[in-house]
Amino acid sequence: MHETFTKSMARNIYYGGAAFFVLVFLGLTFDTTHTLPKRDNRANLTETVALGKKVWENNNCIGCHTLLGEGAYFAPELGNVYKRFGNSTEAIKAFIKSRPENGVPGRRSMPQFHLTDQELEGIAQFLKYSSEINTANWPPNIQG
Amino acid sequence: MQYLSQKVAKPYFVAAIGLFAGQILFGLIMGIQYLVGDFLFPAIPFNVARMVHTNLLIVWLLFGFMGASYYLVPEEAERELESPLLAKILFWVFLIAGALTVVGYLAVPYASLAKLTGNDVLPTMGREFLEQPTITKVGIVVVALGFLYNVGLTILKGRKTVINLVLLTGLAGLAVLFLFSFYNPDNLVLDKFYWWWVVHLWVEGVWELILGSILAFVLIKVTGVDREIIEKWLYVIIAMALITGIIGTGHHYFWIGTPEYWQWLGSVFSAMEPLPFFAMTVFAFNMVNRRRREHPNQAATLWALGTSVMAFLGAGVWGFLHTLAPVNYYTHGTQITAAHGHMAFYGAYVMIVLTIISYAMPMLRGQTAANSRRSQVLEMWSFWLMTVSMVFITLFLTGAGILQVYLQRYSAQPLPFMVVQEQISLFYWLRLIAGLVFTIGLGAYIASFFVGRTEPEAVAMKSVPVTA
Ligand code: HEC
Ligand code: HEM
Ligand code: HEM
Ligand SMILES: [Fe+2]
Repeated sequence: MHETFTKSMARNIYYGGAAFFVLVFLGLTFDTTHTLPKRDNRANLTETVALGKKVWENNNCIGCHTLLGEGAYFAPELGNVYKRFGNSTEAIKAFIKSRPENGVPGRRSMPQFHLTDQELEGIAQFLKYSSEINTANWPPNIQG
Repeated sequence: MQYLSQKVAKPYFVAAIGLFAGQILFGLIMGIQYLVGDFLFPAIPFNVARMVHTNLLIVWLLFGFMGASYYLVPEEAERELESPLLAKILFWVFLIAGALTVVGYLAVPYASLAKLTGNDVLPTMGREFLEQPTITKVGIVVVALGFLYNVGLTILKGRKTVINLVLLTGLAGLAVLFLFSFYNPDNLVLDKFYWWWVVHLWVEGVWELILGSILAFVLIKVTGVDREIIEKWLYVIIAMALITGIIGTGHHYFWIGTPEYWQWLGSVFSAMEPLPFFAMTVFAFNMVNRRRREHPNQAATLWALGTSVMAFLGAGVWGFLHTLAPVNYYTHGTQITAAHGHMAFYGAYVMIVLTIISYAMPMLRGQTAANSRRSQVLEMWSFWLMTVSMVFITLFLTGAGILQVYLQRYSAQPLPFMVVQEQISLFYWLRLIAGLVFTIGLGAYIASFFVGRTEPEAVAMKSVPVTA
């Protein structure tokens, strides 16, 4: 780099640029926080849904599945599984309940989690709630 | 090696390499599970193998960053480390906490681990990369604080070089941003929003400061180029990293319920994120071309150049590939993401840790500057085996990803996920083969520490090309 561009100029760009964009980012975070109630379906965030999120986390479902496109790529997207299963929480519960203990021979397998009825209801309601978040029309189609 | 306390870096590097081997073993297990779905089921379900793979990766990179700091901070500060004893204690604390966590993942179902460690008191588990029990997370924070105290005091009481200050900023940022892993609201959108403050602001923010400063340190050492020039480059690189990367977080806020202006902000700023990586490549090659000396450790120079190229390819090129919102709409959460994740992590952070290990280990093991010729030749073989096979892993996953996007999301008759996975399995076979070659490369890398020990050290060639 040329002599006219000195180290202290570079340093000032670093400090100034970083500080400026940290502030912009915080401002945008503030605005996002205020816009979210219109998009994040918090009206339906019931205690059952909160329990469902805990079941989701305590069983590490994210280690095989994506949820709104984030997670692992081994098993189907679940952000819209409620819709894929014909808007049925019962179908979700039945699927989770029916996983064989020793997997499906030769096929990618999902564990049998032995969830209680309450936990099953929670996870199903949590997936319903997730499917109603305004995700700007993602995923492109029902297959997730 | 100029200061005795630099020696504490050695166990950190040894542990890093050991955990690296563990990471790859679990990568191979998953590679098989992608094809033989019930392989090791239900003993090691896929999600468990994945946690072990990614968490070992992060932990060994952290061991590498800490080892790098203990090695280079005293030399830059021109004084001994504040407390070598603390560094040794924290090493064992971190290693045992890490080992216990991995044993926990493998020994009991995840739900039992959550219960056992009282996850309900402060639920932080079950989120990608942040699967560790809450007490492990607390342990990480304690180790990080002790570590920052140790290197921080060393730096502040000693010569304050740009490299040391940038490194310290990066490490402090790493620790501070990790605190967001303790914030886990019931609201899924908020949870995801702040999850990225750990994940994105790490790899596309503060970790780039760590990467840049380690690279700058090694380049000063192996090229002998004037510190002023190197420091100016370092400032330019990290300025570009933060100016683009902070708002660039928006490339994760397209489809998770966040406002739609992020599609513009995220696309525009993250599209500029390749710039700092490109600058790093130009920087590394420029400095090596302008070198004032021939360093006998050619393997270290190769790693330094390699990391700059591979980070640009993995983060810059493969990142750009899917970072514009209209593209990401189709590629979000597919094998394209996995392709990018692999090459970016390998190119930027795996390779920079292997760079500093390559540079420092000979001295830590009592050589004056470099390993024997024979050892270096084997190390350079391992460089090519691992790097080329990672390129192939990336290419095969990209192939899988393109087909997946087409069949599942783009064609007129979108097919279900599981059907598509069946149809693209050829690419997963190829990925597995490339993964086996990677493992051979890793074996060669480890072997390079043991061969040629009795042979004389490599010496630098005399001629110094004075080009540029
Ligand atoms: C070890 C990996 C793994 C884990 C962990 C896992 N799953 Fe699955 N899941 C799968 C696989 C594989 C399928 C596809 C099964 C099939 O089609 O045969 C699946 C399918 C599903 C489906 C049906 C999706 C569809 O579109 O057909 C639902 C719903 C589901 N899982 C929910 C869950 C929940 C809830 C959890 C956590 C409690 C969970 N899964 C944990 C692997 C896993
Ligand atoms: C140093 C080398 C490696 C690095 C840095 C690395 C890194 C990673 C990262 C970051 C992830 C998470 C990806 C994401 O969320 O997008 C991951 C997942 C994975 N890795 Fe690796 N990995 C390496 C080697 C391997 C090898 C050799 C294999 C197998 C042959 C492998 C197989 C996998 C698989 C199957 C996943 C899970 C992908 C999914 O979610 O479906 N990895 N790895
Ligand atoms: C060394 C630096 C980088 C590393 C280690 C890295 C690693 C990763 C990983 C592991 C993921 C997957 C996260 C998940 O599991 O959900 C990811 C996602 C992503 N990265 Fe990077 N990345 C880096 C730099 C970049 C850059 C510079 C860009 C843009 C130019 C970029 C663009 C993206 C995008 C758009 C996604 C989201 C993919 C999706 O929608 O599924 N990354 N990155
Ligand atoms: Fe990112």
